[in-house]
Amino acid sequence: MTLQTVLQKLEILADAAKYDASCASSGTAKKNSLGGKGIGSTEGMGICHAYAPDGRCISLLKILLTNHCVFDCHYCVNRKSSNVARARFTPQEVVDLTLAFYRRNYIEGLFLSSGIVKNSNHTMEQIVEVARILREEHDFRGYIHLKTIPEADAEIVHQAGLYADRVSINVELPTDSGLTRLAPDKDARQMEGAMGKVKEDLVEAKDARKRFRHAPRFAPAGQSTQMIVGADAATDADIVGKASRLYDNFRLRRVYYSAFSPIPDASAVLPLKRPPLIREHRLYQSDWLMRFYGYKPSDVMHATEADGNLPLDIDPKLAWALKFREAFPVDVNRATKEQLLRVPGLGVKAVGKILASRRHRGLRLDDVSLLTQSITKVRPFICTIDWRPITLTDRADLRSLLAPKTEQLELFV
Amino acid sequence: MTALQHVKLGTYYVVQLPDADDFDFWRERARAFVQCDVPPDRIAWAEPGGSGDLFAHGERRMPVPPKGARPVRANRRFVQLARNAILHSDPERFALLYRLLWRLQGKPRMMEDKADPDVRKLEELDKSVRRDSHKMHAFVRFRLVESPDRSGGEDGEGGEHYVAWFEPEHHILRANAGFFMRRFSNMRWSILTPRGSLHWDGETMAEGPPAERHDAPQGDPMEDLWRTYYASIFNPARLKIGAMLKEMPKKYWKNMPEATLIPELVAGAQKRESAMVEKGTLEFEERPDTLAAIDKAIHACRKCPIGSLDNQAVMGEGPQDAALMIVGEQPGDQEDLAGRPFVGPAGKLLEHHLDRAGIDRKAAYVTNTVKHFKYVQRGKRRLHQNPGAKEIDTCRWWIESERAIVQPKLILAMGASAARGMLGKTVSISKARGTPIPLEDGSELWITSHPSYLLRLDGPAREEQERLFDADLAAVKERLEELA
Repeated sequence: MTLQTVLQKLEILADAAKYDASCASSGTAKKNSLGGKGIGSTEGMGICHAYAPDGRCISLLKILLTNHCVFDCHYCVNRKSSNVARARFTPQEVVDLTLAFYRRNYIEGLFLSSGIVKNSNHTMEQIVEVARILREEHDFRGYIHLKTIPEADAEIVHQAGLYADRVSINVELPTDSGLTRLAPDKDARQMEGAMGKVKEDLVEAKDARKRFRHAPRFAPAGQSTQMIVGADAATDADIVGKASRLYDNFRLRRVYYSAFSPIPDASAVLPLKRPPLIREHRLYQSDWLMRFYGYKPSDVMHATEADGNLPLDIDPKLAWALKFREAFPVDVNRATKEQLLRVPGLGVKAVGKILASRRHRGLRLDDVSLLTQSITKVRPFICTIDWRPITLTDRADLRSLLAPKTEQLELFV
Repeated sequence: MTALQHVKLGTYYVVQLPDADDFDFWRERARAFVQCDVPPDRIAWAEPGGSGDLFAHGERRMPVPPKGARPVRANRRFVQLARNAILHSDPERFALLYRLLWRLQGKPRMMEDKADPDVRKLEELDKSVRRDSHKMHAFVRFRLVESPDRSGGEDGEGGEHYVAWFEPEHHILRANAGFFMRRFSNMRWSILTPRGSLHWDGETMAEGPPAERHDAPQGDPMEDLWRTYYASIFNPARLKIGAMLKEMPKKYWKNMPEATLIPELVAGAQKRESAMVEKGTLEFEERPDTLAAIDKAIHACRKCPIGSLDNQAVMGEGPQDAALMIVGEQPGDQEDLAGRPFVGPAGKLLEHHLDRAGIDRKAAYVTNTVKHFKYVQRGKRRLHQNPGAKEIDTCRWWIESERAIVQPKLILAMGASAARGMLGKTVSISKARGTPIPLEDGSELWITSHPSYLLRLDGPAREEQERLFDADLAAVKERLEELA
């Protein structure tokens, strides 16, 4: 085989990494390169340096160190039995690429993952080595996200956390049976053990920093994970339940969902038809409801339909409201913040604006319409000085009135 | 600007701002106007390059506030928004800010009233400026120029100069100098825009005059790698052009090297995905519910390349209610010609060992994991080839259909391919043999070696393997009697 150029390797190893949804570069400790000898800064807000035509943000150089892998997970394009082109970067090549891209302001930093070569420890050591060169030899102060390998020694994983802003372990599938069937080499217990260990390290480092100002930081942007949606039979209720357990038990910053998408050279045990992309979107919406709107996992599960999945044509908040109509209409001039947050069409910002404005005037429907995106969506669920929905809230066909109309265009493609 | 000693009612004032983004200048003038009680509609604010001539007749001297005039008040929220909103390119912004400041004197908490049109307008301006700044942080693209005048600084990259061309919508350049300085503090860089330019040499920041596109370098060798990355990280299975355009509107594209790829990526995406789905997807119809239907279907199966060779599908045979299912790898040359499983040399050997173990072949359902013979032609001979993992996985559909109909209590899988066909993963025969593996449908799986493996051995090795094979068959026989 002829030697691959960096360009060829990049093509293979970026392609191999694209099924990972996360590209966040936000929420880490503030740092900049003033007074240092290198480059880089993180100022709290993540920056998307470009958007691909799939609508996803490109914030980090997201690549694998290698896509050789000894595991044989069915949903993964890099599994042992897959027939894809293979490549392998040296740690130095990844470092050079990261710095060259960063200097030109293409990226916020690096998101490094890898297939398992030789064994888990060896692979993890290679990943950590990249971060070490960047941080220690080049004084790089941009964002680093390292994927950690649950089977690797805790000591090496700990080392990764000392260099990285964020670490993550993918739980991959929402149910244990799905994992056993589709990822025969992975073990749910081991993954949760590793996430638990990272959580301990995070808590410990935070505690140490309270007492010693110069205690080393450990992954200041926390840990996250990813679940694949639509590769097994798990329902949205299963997925939401699993996600909320993960948030509670391991204090995750984010659970990412990745709609299973047809991969080249797919394994025959997979469904192979992609789930509708909108399903992933609905799951993110329900994630938002739990994180910012005070919904409990059980509330989201109530919004699911008989098959355990969230409706695709309307968002989960509206679905919940249609099921619990007795909670509406709410009076925007009197209702509590919690009640307002349950109104379909009112976001966190709009609720904040309503709460601030109503101290100055009694709100009319026109006032509310200035504060929200679409008053038609909100109207059936609220009262204002000059508006009452009367029968609208009770209408049986409310759902069809509010569900977005399907675009006629779709009939012709 | 000389001061006007006496404020005359009805005077129309004109204020010429020195810079479009000079908040402090505006604040000082606005404070004086409020103290002199000049209403908002009596002041025209003119910025450099604006249409100042319209107000040629206005009073250009500032009024002097009376002694003991009340200090002007504004809450922190207003100042914070105003500092940012003044960077907006809307020529009305100075007047809006003054109107708000004027109204704030009588209604100090007015900023909380989000439904007020002036407050809303101010928040809109602020939002638009913040977005423009954010997009500048994101979309500035530096290009490297090796400048000969500075050879090798102390950090080893002194000769490198990074230059960017950017076209902001608002007057945000100066306000964002700090961001780029903090990020690239040990790099020599310049940002050129139509409204002015910034130069950082690693220690000091200098401002320069407006620039033009051709003042900036036209390319950078790294951009090929960056475009490669951009094209590779894009997932063609999930085209969402609207989401991309919302965050990266077309107006930014002309200064981003990767944006030139977008049209071809979009055009290629749908084609690529459908090709991939066609190649990868197994659009199996409903599971056949009789063995005859499977037999018919496998003859038409072309889901993997083996089906397209010059061969015929070989269906399993035996009683439909058999308690034992024996699974091999794939039909061989003779099986393919005869259309029946295990009729060649391996079949003979199998029958010999089954007899020895006391298992009646005719009572068992005998079949293969892969239904077609995979071979390469060598002269007149067809040489057997092992099926690939993907081919086995593809063919699982059929063996699973057979299992669903026959519902054996016990399955004997012979060889690694058969084991994979049952388990979906590759296992080691030597480790897996001898102990039953429970399957999801309640049956149990026993794994042993394939008889054709025995055929390839000689001498003591063959004797050893035959002994193991016999032991496995004996265990199966014993277990079958227990289950019966």
